[in-house]
Amino acid sequence: MATDPLSATFAALADPTRRAILARLLEGSATVKELSAPFAMSGPAVSKHLRVLERAGLIKRGREAQWRPCELDAAPLEDVVEWAQRYRQFWDASYQRLDKVLDHLKESDHDR
Amino acid sequence: MTASTTTLSTLSDEEISISREFDAPRHLVFDAHTKPELVSQWLLGPEHWTMPVCEIDLRPGGSWHYVWRYQDGTEMEMRGDFREVEVPTRIVHTERWGDEWPETLHTVLFAEQDGTTTVTRIVRFPSAQARDAALATGMMSGVERSFDLLDDLLAAVA
Repeated sequence: MATDPLSATFAALADPTRRAILARLLEGSATVKELSAPFAMSGPAVSKHLRVLERAGLIKRGREAQWRPCELDAAPLEDVVEWAQRYRQFWDASYQRLDKVLDHLKESDHDR
Repeated sequence: MTASTTTLSTLSDEEISISREFDAPRHLVFDAHTKPELVSQWLLGPEHWTMPVCEIDLRPGGSWHYVWRYQDGTEMEMRGDFREVEVPTRIVHTERWGDEWPETLHTVLFAEQDGTTTVTRIVRFPSAQARDAALATGMMSGVERSFDLLDDLLAAVA
C-alpha cells in the first residue's frame, strides 16, 4: 500500500468519482447526501470514497455526526501539481539548452 | 526564433507523453540524445546543475547512468537499460530513480519533417505490481485533472 503522502494523493485521485467529488467541493462544502446526488450511488458508497479522500488529506469533515459536511483541502493537490510541473520544467529547461547545442551541431555539420 | 513549447499530455491511465519540436535535422537531434559528450551539455534541468557522470552504452541490453550535481554538492542519479535501439528513429529504455518511484519505461521517438524534428517521449508507468499500477493510474489522470482543479482553486482564492 502506498505510504508516502504523494502516493496517497495519487491513489486518491485515481478514481473518476473521487475527482468529481473534489470538483463539486470546489463550489463549497457539502454533505454526503448532497455529494451522492449527482452519482447513481448510495450514501455508504460515497462515504467510502470520502474516507479515501480524507485519509489522503484532500478533504476535511465536520464533527457533527449527522451532517459531517465535507470541505476541500487543496494542499496535497498542490504537491501533485508541483511534481508534474517540476517534471515538465526539467524537460523544458533542458530542451532550451538543447536548442543551443543543436545550433552548434548544425554549424559544424554544414562545415563538413 | 522563439523556443518551442514542451507539451505534457496524458495518453492513457499509465502513460504520459512529453513532446517538443527542434529546428534541426533528425540525425543531429538523435546524436544529441545519445552521445554522452552532447547529453551532458543540455540534460541538466533547472539552473546550477552539472552532469559529472554520463555513461551511455547504446545497444539493446546496454545500460546508461547519469549523475547530476547541484552547486551545493547535492547529487542525484538515474540509471536504466536499453531495450530497443533504432538509429535514428526510436529508443526504448527503462529508467530508475531509486526506491521512491517505480521503474518507468520510456519510448523516445524522433520524427523529421521539413528539417524540423519532433521528439516525443512516452513514459509508461508499471502495471506489474498492483500498488504501482494504482499509483500510476492515479498519477496520470490525477495530474491532468489536478491542473484543472488548481486553476479553479486559484481562481476561487484570487
